[in-house]
Amino acid sequence: MSQLVDFFIGRLSPEYIPTEPITLAAAIGLPIIALVVVGFITYTKRWKWLWQNWLTSVDAKKIGTMYMIVAVLMMLRGVSDALMMRLQTAVAVNGASGPFTSDTFQQVFTAHGTIMIFFVAMGLLFGLVNWILPLILGARDMAFPVMNSISLWLFVAGMMLINMSLVYGGFSNGGWLGYPPLTELEYNPGPGVDYWIWSLQIAGIGSLLSGINFFTTIIKQRAPGMTLWKMPIFSWSVLVTSVLIMLAFPILTVTLALLGLDRTLGMHFFTSDTGGNPMLYINLIWAWGHPEVYILVLPAFGVFSEVVATYSKKMLFGYRTMVWALVAIMFLSFIVWQHHFFTMGAGANVNAFFGIMTMVIAIPTGVKIFNWLFTMYRGRITFSAPMMWFMAFVVTFTIGGVSGVLMAVPALDFQVHNSMFLVAHFHNVIIGGVIFGFFAGITHWFPKIFGYKLHDTLGIWSAVLWQVGFIVAFIPLYILGLMGAVRRLDSYSDPTWQPLFITSAVGVLIICTGIAVLLLQLGYSFLKRKELKDTTGDPWDGRTLEWSVPSPAPHYNFAVIPTANHRDEWWYRKQHKLTKTPKSTFKDVWLPRSSGTGIIVGVLAGLAGFSIIWHLWWLLAICFISVIITVIRRTLNDDSEFQVSATELFHEVGKGR
Amino acid sequence: MRRGRFIGILVTVVAVFLVVLFAWLLQGKQIDVLNPSGEIANAQRSILLFTLFLSSLVVVPVFTLLIYFAVHYRADNKHARYQPEWGENKVLEAMWWGIPIAIISVLGVITLQSSHSLDPYKQLSGGKPLEIQVVALRWKWLFIYPEQKLATLNYISAPVNQPIHFSLTADAPMSAFWIPALGSQIYAMNGMESQLNLKANEIGNFTGYTTNINGQGYASMKFTAKITTKKQFIKWVDEMRMIKAEMNQAEYSKLAIAKSETSQRTYRLTDADLFQSIMHQNMSHSSSDSDEHSKMDHSTMEMSE
Repeated sequence: MSQLVDFFIGRLSPEYIPTEPITLAAAIGLPIIALVVVGFITYTKRWKWLWQNWLTSVDAKKIGTMYMIVAVLMMLRGVSDALMMRLQTAVAVNGASGPFTSDTFQQVFTAHGTIMIFFVAMGLLFGLVNWILPLILGARDMAFPVMNSISLWLFVAGMMLINMSLVYGGFSNGGWLGYPPLTELEYNPGPGVDYWIWSLQIAGIGSLLSGINFFTTIIKQRAPGMTLWKMPIFSWSVLVTSVLIMLAFPILTVTLALLGLDRTLGMHFFTSDTGGNPMLYINLIWAWGHPEVYILVLPAFGVFSEVVATYSKKMLFGYRTMVWALVAIMFLSFIVWQHHFFTMGAGANVNAFFGIMTMVIAIPTGVKIFNWLFTMYRGRITFSAPMMWFMAFVVTFTIGGVSGVLMAVPALDFQVHNSMFLVAHFHNVIIGGVIFGFFAGITHWFPKIFGYKLHDTLGIWSAVLWQVGFIVAFIPLYILGLMGAVRRLDSYSDPTWQPLFITSAVGVLIICTGIAVLLLQLGYSFLKRKELKDTTGDPWDGRTLEWSVPSPAPHYNFAVIPTANHRDEWWYRKQHKLTKTPKSTFKDVWLPRSSGTGIIVGVLAGLAGFSIIWHLWWLLAICFISVIITVIRRTLNDDSEFQVSATELFHEVGKGR
Repeated sequence: MRRGRFIGILVTVVAVFLVVLFAWLLQGKQIDVLNPSGEIANAQRSILLFTLFLSSLVVVPVFTLLIYFAVHYRADNKHARYQPEWGENKVLEAMWWGIPIAIISVLGVITLQSSHSLDPYKQLSGGKPLEIQVVALRWKWLFIYPEQKLATLNYISAPVNQPIHFSLTADAPMSAFWIPALGSQIYAMNGMESQLNLKANEIGNFTGYTTNINGQGYASMKFTAKITTKKQFIKWVDEMRMIKAEMNQAEYSKLAIAKSETSQRTYRLTDADLFQSIMHQNMSHSSSDSDEHSKMDHSTMEMSE
């Protein structure tokens, strides 16, 4: 009898209900928020609308918006985690206890890293690419619209699992990359690490599918005439990123699967006994992890290339070198992973090789910075919010680059590795590069998606607060690192560290103000959407094809697929007065129908993850088979498109302009 | 343009404020990495400063151009030249491929050279090194002096100006051994032996840390490196040889449980093979994993040597 019960409830048990006050508050708070949202939708009778217009939508722009919503919400959680960490280190000195226990603190920094990379940075990346990639290529949609929706819902499923851990079971305490043997059963038998593995595994498969989708879209869906060398630089950056995704994410999938096998089936890939080897895991995870950094930052470089050219009203300087720099970084990013563990004890020649390869990346990156600067040269620069994000980026990213080159010298890395210096370095490049880049991109392209601009002054204030907050939060960490403060400390004994930790906490608070202003900007702009309405479709005197369609971009993107003969096709047309589309060119258009496949697969995958974590094997089997059936059913569906007629399109375009 | 001037003033005020803030914060701070007390750490500081200098050759022009271009080519400056179709210049582009390549080449040579000269596995000159075996435990550090037949918990004692050779292993999740004032850190792993060579050139007490997260007691897992004169060290050894507490397999088993321990203790070592047996207990039960394999074999990783 008890065996039968065990079979059905796996290892679900009351002992995993959180007991600590802070975790308990979160555990109660999250379901309440969820209930309020569900209640609101039910009360306003929006379920049908939500299902038809959003949840089942395969329109890349809407999928992009859903990614953005998830990413921004997750950013709030990630920032709260950051704030909790710095509050702890501001007080927990010399025996004084901070607000959190070691275990909670360790879960918090693990969640912070995991969420910020996988669900914020990746979310903003996928959101922005979905918004803009088809438009900038002169295409109607992604190559595989339904697969795109599956990617989104796998991402959401991963996100739900990671938040579920807060409510029941607790999260991993093994750091964002979960090094074994700490994350093996021997040292970590609870469900926390399993939550970490399976939320990343599910989201990671979604990312891989996205990479395939973006790559195919760029190769197959470009507007006629747009050769690769005429492609806007943003699409080049996405092309390079999707190659990296396709090559790197399978490594993550395999690595996490092996760790999962160790934990669920008692295997010994990475255990420290019985023939396992944790060093293998560290190599594998960074063979994915380092390219991942470039997966995030290269599209941000692409955004900046478009932004600087647009707001300087000048063509991008050195387009060809920009492309070659991207491609060079793509290759190099795969042969530097060992620099994350020079201190593991490989020989001097191994370390020197990876160190030098790492520095070599600084060359194409430096070239890009100079090319951006010389795009400003002899331009007419308007300092709108996206340009301010760019300025903040150059300052922050350059400092991060310098500390990166320092750490690339193995002999030096031995003195700063895993210290607060490292923490400051990677926040320098990830916040400065990735986050500032995506904020610039969101502000720049917002009117194209929503039809109204974001309030500019608030955007500038947000950029200024982020920049100042960043310096106040992270320069102290560089100093602390050099003083010997290592990362992930929940307490320390040297009282001279405290002023620096407090300063850093103040910096995080300033960043929080920056985020508040950002949210205020979104809210205020929504209220003032009539005044901020973009009536022209081209509010910034843009250069590329997405600005040739009205704002918000219609669901079919282009009424007539444009022909592109120039890199800055729309700029060229405006210079030569070729902006009208003749009636004779309109044709009937076939568009993909909404499909529930994505969300069904997402829900099933989330449940499957949950059942592995809690050892509910019967549920796992049901979910697994159902996913396969759902996908096969979709492939048998012949009636997957609907038609928009040429006359309908012509009238709509006439109205829109 | 009003906004441009406003931004200019804002940036200046904030910059001045930040400089003052950090100058104030740095007052009277002991920054181990920049003001070290060991031979290795000294050499590392020199490389750090030289690398910073090399980087500044790029950073200074970048910041200067950024500010100058932003001010000069702002939209309302009608005196500035405007060339919207100017997007290529072979000479300029060759310059900023060339200069970074030159800088990185210099740095590359330094990297290769210093990877060897500061290799943690490389024995240091200056006499026979003091042997210390290190075991990272949950969550405390056990040090074994095989030649002095002593063992210590959470502190080491060592003479100034004499090379120290650490052999490290762990009976815990992967940990790392770092004394910032003396230099270089290295991972300590179960069933494996890594090595580190350091040499102190000043007397003093320096704190050591684990830099790799290894579970609950991670933050409290610290130790003190007490660097004394040669004479004092010999005296310390003689005194400690009288001590009652013994370190052997039985005592070790009591110590090796998952529990934080911050007190500093000294033992007489009565089991000469303790370090080896700790390493072996965490090694594979399979026969193929010989001793040779489990050490992080330096020679096989470096084919050229």
